[in-house]
Amino acid sequence: MCTYLTEKIAIDGSGKGAQGYFALSEAMVYVDHPQHAPYEHTVNIDFLNPAQGPAARVAVELTEEAALALVEAIRHALDVAPPGLASAAGTPGR
Amino acid sequence: MYDALLAETITLTGHDGDAIEAYTARPLTPGPTGGVVVIHHMPGYDRATKEITRRFAAEGYAAVCPNLYSREAPGADPDDAAAAARARGGVPDARLVGDVAGAARYLRGLSSANGRVGTIGYCSGGRQSFLAACSLDLQAAVDCYGAFVAGRPPHDFPVPAEPLLHLTENLSCPLLGLFGAEDQHPSPAETAELEEALTAHRKTYEFHTYDGAGHAFFAVDRPSYRPQTAVEGWGRVLDFFGRHLAG
Repeated sequence: MCTYLTEKIAIDGSGKGAQGYFALSEAMVYVDHPQHAPYEHTVNIDFLNPAQGPAARVAVELTEEAALALVEAIRHALDVAPPGLASAAGTPGR
Repeated sequence: MYDALLAETITLTGHDGDAIEAYTARPLTPGPTGGVVVIHHMPGYDRATKEITRRFAAEGYAAVCPNLYSREAPGADPDDAAAAARARGGVPDARLVGDVAGAARYLRGLSSANGRVGTIGYCSGGRQSFLAACSLDLQAAVDCYGAFVAGRPPHDFPVPAEPLLHLTENLSCPLLGLFGAEDQHPSPAETAELEEALTAHRKTYEFHTYDGAGHAFFAVDRPSYRPQTAVEGWGRVLDFFGRHLAG
C-alpha cells in the first residue's frame, strides 16, 4: 500500500550526501515503499535542504524494528549525555 | 516484420502551458497506431516505468510517460524527485489532468496516430488514470491498484488524495481495473464500491482481483512482484488496449 502519510519537521544540523556535507533544514518520515531496501514497506526518513535542490538529501529506509531501535538509541544517547549539551539553544554563539 | 522502435526523452506542454519532461517510446512504423499515456507510480519517473513505456511501444503503441515531478525537481534522480514532490504535498489533481492532457495531445499529434489514446497508471498513478479518464476525452483507461478512488485517506494526510467516486458519471471511456486481493489500499471493499458506482452509471468496465497478490504486483524490481499475476495482468492490459486503441 501507499500510505501517502508524511510527517514533516523542521530540523537543524548537517548531513552528508552525494556531494559532501550540507546544512539540513527539514526531515520527512513516512511508512511506504522503499526505493532500495528489500521489503515491501519500510520506515523512510529523508533529511533535506530544499533550498539546495532535490539532491540535497540523505535518505534511509529502515525496517520497523530498526527504526524503533534507532529511536531508543537516540533517546539513550541523549539520556546519558549532560542535558542541553547538543542543544542549539545551549551552544555558545547560537 | 519491421519492428524498430524509438525511445527518447522529450519536452511536452503540460498543465498551464508548462514545459515538462517526458519519456516516449514509439514504433517507427507509419501507423496508424493508438497511444498510451503511462502514469508513473509515487516513487517516481524511474527506470522501471520507462521500461513499461518501451513495452507498450514494442506492443505497437506510441507511448509517453510524463515526469509528473518535472516542476519540483527538474533533472533530479527519480528518488530525490519523488521525495521533493512528497515534501511539497504531492501532485495536485488539476495539474495531473493538465499534464495528461498535454501527453494525450502529443500522442494525437504524431503523424502515425490513429487518434485513440488511453491511460494506464500504477499505485498513485492508478487513481490518476481514473481521474484523467473522468476529466478528459480518452478511449481507454487502466487503473492498476490505485488507492483512494473510493475510500478516504485519514484527515491528516498531507498529500492530496480526495476520493474520486463522485466523478464516475463523467468517465469518458471503458475502464480496466487490476487489483491484488491482499491489498489494503485499495482494499477489495473499496474496489467493490467503485464497481457499484460504475454499474450505477452504466459505465463499461472490467475488474480483475488476483488472489496471492497485494499492491504493486507489476513492479519487477520490488518484493511485491508476483510474476504469474503480472504476466496475466499484462495479457489483460494488451487485450483491453487491443480492443479499444489499436488499429
